[in-house]
Amino acid sequence: MRQLLRTPTGVIGLALVAATVILAIVGPPIWGEAAETIDAGAALQGASAEHLLGTDNLGRDILARVLAATRFSLLLAVLATVIGVGLGLLLGVLPSVLPRRAARLVTGAVNALVAFPALLLAMFTAVVSGLGARGAVLGIGMAIAPGFARLTQTLAASVAGADYVAAARLLGVPRWKIATRHVLPNIAEPVILNVTAVLGTGLVAMAGMSFLGLGVQPPEYDWGRLLNEGFGRIYLDPVVALGPAAAIILAGLGFNMVGEALAKSAARTSASAGPVSAAEVAPDDSAPDADAVLEVKDLTVTFPGGVTPVRGISLTLAPGEIVGLVGESGSGKSLSAFAIGGLVPYPGTVTSGRLRLNGTELTELGQAKRRKLLGTSMAMVFQDPMASLNPALTVGGQLAEVATVHQGAKRSAAWARAVDRLKHVRIPDPEKRARQHPHEFSGGMRQRAVIAIGLMGSPKLIIADEPTTALDVTVQRQILKLLREVSADTGAAALFISHDIAVVSELCHRVVVMYAGRIVEELPVSELAGGAAHPYTKALVASLPDLDTDKGEPLAAIPGTQPAPAEAGTGCAFAARCALADQRCGERPPLKEFGKAHTVACWHAGTVEIEVATR
Amino acid sequence: MFALRRLIRFAVSMVVLITASFAMIHLIPGDPIRAALGMNAPLELVNQRRAELGLDDPIPMQLLAYVQQILGGDFGTSFMTREPVGQIIADRLPHTLALAGAATIFTLIVAVPLGMWAGIRTENGRNRGTELGFTSGTGALTVVPEFLYSIALIVVFSIALGWLPPAGRDGLDSYILPVLALSIGAIAMVARLARVETLRELGADYVRLARAKRLPVLRIYLRHVLPNTLTSTLTVGGLLLTGLIAGSVLVEFVFAWPGLGGRMVESITQKDYPVAQAIIFVYGAIVLVVNLIVDLLLSKLDPKSTIKET
Ligand code: SF4
Repeated sequence: MRQLLRTPTGVIGLALVAATVILAIVGPPIWGEAAETIDAGAALQGASAEHLLGTDNLGRDILARVLAATRFSLLLAVLATVIGVGLGLLLGVLPSVLPRRAARLVTGAVNALVAFPALLLAMFTAVVSGLGARGAVLGIGMAIAPGFARLTQTLAASVAGADYVAAARLLGVPRWKIATRHVLPNIAEPVILNVTAVLGTGLVAMAGMSFLGLGVQPPEYDWGRLLNEGFGRIYLDPVVALGPAAAIILAGLGFNMVGEALAKSAARTSASAGPVSAAEVAPDDSAPDADAVLEVKDLTVTFPGGVTPVRGISLTLAPGEIVGLVGESGSGKSLSAFAIGGLVPYPGTVTSGRLRLNGTELTELGQAKRRKLLGTSMAMVFQDPMASLNPALTVGGQLAEVATVHQGAKRSAAWARAVDRLKHVRIPDPEKRARQHPHEFSGGMRQRAVIAIGLMGSPKLIIADEPTTALDVTVQRQILKLLREVSADTGAAALFISHDIAVVSELCHRVVVMYAGRIVEELPVSELAGGAAHPYTKALVASLPDLDTDKGEPLAAIPGTQPAPAEAGTGCAFAARCALADQRCGERPPLKEFGKAHTVACWHAGTVEIEVATR
Repeated sequence: MFALRRLIRFAVSMVVLITASFAMIHLIPGDPIRAALGMNAPLELVNQRRAELGLDDPIPMQLLAYVQQILGGDFGTSFMTREPVGQIIADRLPHTLALAGAATIFTLIVAVPLGMWAGIRTENGRNRGTELGFTSGTGALTVVPEFLYSIALIVVFSIALGWLPPAGRDGLDSYILPVLALSIGAIAMVARLARVETLRELGADYVRLARAKRLPVLRIYLRHVLPNTLTSTLTVGGLLLTGLIAGSVLVEFVFAWPGLGGRMVESITQKDYPVAQAIIFVYGAIVLVVNLIVDLLLSKLDPKSTIKET
C-alpha cells in the first residue's frame, strides 16, 4: 500500500478505485430513489440546473442513475472477474496436476483460446446462455479465463522447478496436493497483482456488452445500459452520454492504474541516479606527440552518482604498434576503449586532457568531421562476433555502407570494395559470401568480416575489445594472426583489450596493466616475463604456467577481488591483495618511470622484498 | 516441415471451430426455436423452422449436414428476414475487412515510428519525463474502450464541428472516424510494444558496431534497428488485425457501419440464431486464417527464427 502511494499512477489509481467503491456502497441508498422517480413532464430533457446531466425518456435524473448504477456495474465486473480468474487458475494449474498427455491437451486448448479475440468468446457464451446480465457476466468470465490460464501456467512453470516442489515430488506428495500446497501459494502474489487490472478490463467489457444491448436488460441498468439509452440522443443532447461514459472510463482507468503501479512496485529495482559530477581536468600544456597515432591524457569516465570506472589514464600508441590493455573485468579496460572510440553509453561522461588521433584533437572536431574521421581511420572489433553483425542485413551490405556513407562511393564501387576487403581477410568465395546473412557465417568468419569492416577505410588505429574470447582456440589463433598482419600491412596501431595475459604476450609489443580504473604498470612485452615490477603484474605473470603455452590460467589465480573504483579509497587499490602492503601504501602511488619505456605505480617497485615476496 | 505442422494445427482448429459453432444452437437451454419465435408463434411455423435447421435429425446426421453446408457456402436462412445467410455475409464481410484492414495499417504506420521514437529518446534511461509521459499516456489510452472513442469522436467531429459523417459508409471521409475510433487504443498498445522492442535492439551488439562505424544516427535507426523489429511488428500486426476485427463489432454498431459486426449484434438480440451462428463462425475462421498466414510468413521471412530453432 505504501509502495503504491509513492508513484503518481498509484495515487491517482487508488483515489479512483476508492471513489468507485465508496459510490458502490453509498450510491443506491442516496440516489436510488431519485434514479427511479418517474416524471413524465420532465422526460428527455438536456442539462439543466435541476438535472445536471439531463433526464431520460421517463423523466428520471441521469446523474442520479449513473451514481446509483455504480454498485451494479462494479458487482457485475467483480462476478465476471471471479468466474474468469477462477476458471483461469483451474486451467492454468491443471497441466501440472494431470498426466502428461491430458496436460498437453489442456495447454494446447488454452493456447488456441488465447489467440481468439475475447469479444468473440463473450458473444458465443452470451448467445448460448441467453440475453441478459447473467449471459454477459458468464461470457466475459469465459473471455478472461484463457489469458489468465496462460499467465498461471507461466507462473506455475517457474515455480515447478523450485527445490521445494522437487522435494515434495520426491517425497511422493500427490500432485494435486503439490499444486494447492506448494504451487498456488507461491504464485499468489503475482496472480493477485493481475486480478486488479483484470477487474478494470472486465468492468469496461461488461459496459460494452450492455451498451450493445447484450448485457443488462431494462428495467435494470448499469453504466453500459445507460450509455445505450443515451446514445440515440447524442445528436440533440450530447451531455446525456457524458455521465455513463465518464464513469466507465474513470473506474476502468482506476483499476488499471492500480494494477500497473502494483506490478511496477513489485518489479522495482532500486536505481537511484545521482547528479553527474564530471571530473575536472587540468588543461595540458605539454607539446603533443607529433608521431603518435593515438595520444590520450587523463582520460576519465564518470557515471551519475560519482561512479568513476576509468580514472585519468594516459596512453600513447606509435604507428604499427600493438599495445595490450590487460586487466580483470571491472578494471575499466573496456570502458577506456569505448571512451577512446567515443562510444561510452549514456549516462556516462568522458573527460580528457588530450584525445588525439593521428595528430587531430578529437574533442575539438565538429560532429560531422569527427564522425567522418573516426569512420574512416578507426576500426573497432568487439567480443561477440555472433552479435556484432546485424542479423537482418547482408554481410556485404554492412561493409559497403561504410564506403557509401563516409567516402560517398557509388553502390557498385562500394560493393566491389566490400568483396575485396572480405577477400583480404581471407574469407573464401567472397562474392557469394558478401550476399549472405551473418547467420550463414561461422563465428571465426564473422569476426573476420568485422575486421574487414574496419578495413573499408584506411585505419590508423584498430581497437579490439576481447576479439578472440568468444572463439575456440584454433580460430583464436587465426584471428590473432590476421590482426597482426593487418597491422603490419596498413601500419595501423592496435589497442588490444584482453583479460588473457597469455594472448597479449603473444600478440603485443607493449603491455598496459589496469587495476580498479587506473593504469598500474606499462612495460614492453619482452620484460613481462622477467622484469615486471608491480606485484599485480607479477602475480598475473606467475599465474601462467608458461608464457609459451597458449592456454594460460585466467587472472583469478590471485586471491581476493578487485575493489570497485569507488571503494578503492585513497591508498593503493591493490593493497588489500598485496603481500607487501605497508603503511606507505595508504597513500596512492603515482605512475613513475621505472626503466626504459617502463612505468609502474607501486611504492615498493624494484625493492628486494618484492622479488622475494612474489617469487 | 514447419509449414506442414502448422497446417495440421490449422485443420484441427478448424474442426474444433466448426464443432463449436454447430454445438452453439444445441447448447441453448430449452427450445431455441420457441425462444426465437416467441410463445405465441403458431406450432406449424415452429415445426417448419425446426425442420429447416434439421433439428429433428439425429445429432451426427446434423453435424454432417452442417459441415456439407458450410463447405458449400450455405449458411441457412435468416429467421427474421428470410435472407440467405450466405448472402448477408457476402454483402457485409468486405466492409468489415475494409474497416479492420484500414485500421491495422493506420495503427502500424503511426504506432511503430512513435514507439521507436520513444525508445530512442528513452534509451538507457535518459529523458525520464518522456518515459513517464509516454507510458502513462499510452497506458490510459489503452484502457478506454473503442465504443467510447467512437461516441466521443462523433460528438466532437460530427455534432459539434460538423466535419465528418456520424454514421454509415458513404465515401472515403466516412472511414475517418471509425478507423480512428478503432485505432487509438491499438496505437497506444503497439507503440508501447514497439518502444520495448526498440530498446532491446538498441542494446544489441550490432548497434554498437554500427555506431563504431560512425554511421549517421538516422541510418542506424532506420537501416539497422528497424528491420530487426519487423518480426515482432509482423507478429503484432497479425494479432492486431484479429483483435481489430473483434473490436470493430462495437465500432460498427456505433457508426451503423454496414459490416458483419452490427448485424451480429442485431441477430443476437433478435435471437436470429442461424445468422448469429454463421457470423460467429466467420469471425472465428478469419482469426484462424490470419494467424496461419502470419505464422507462415514469419517462418519464411525471418532468418533469426531459423537460428533459434536449430
Ligand atoms: S603500492 Fe603497496 S600495496 Fe600497492 S602494489 Fe605496491 S606494495 Fe602493493
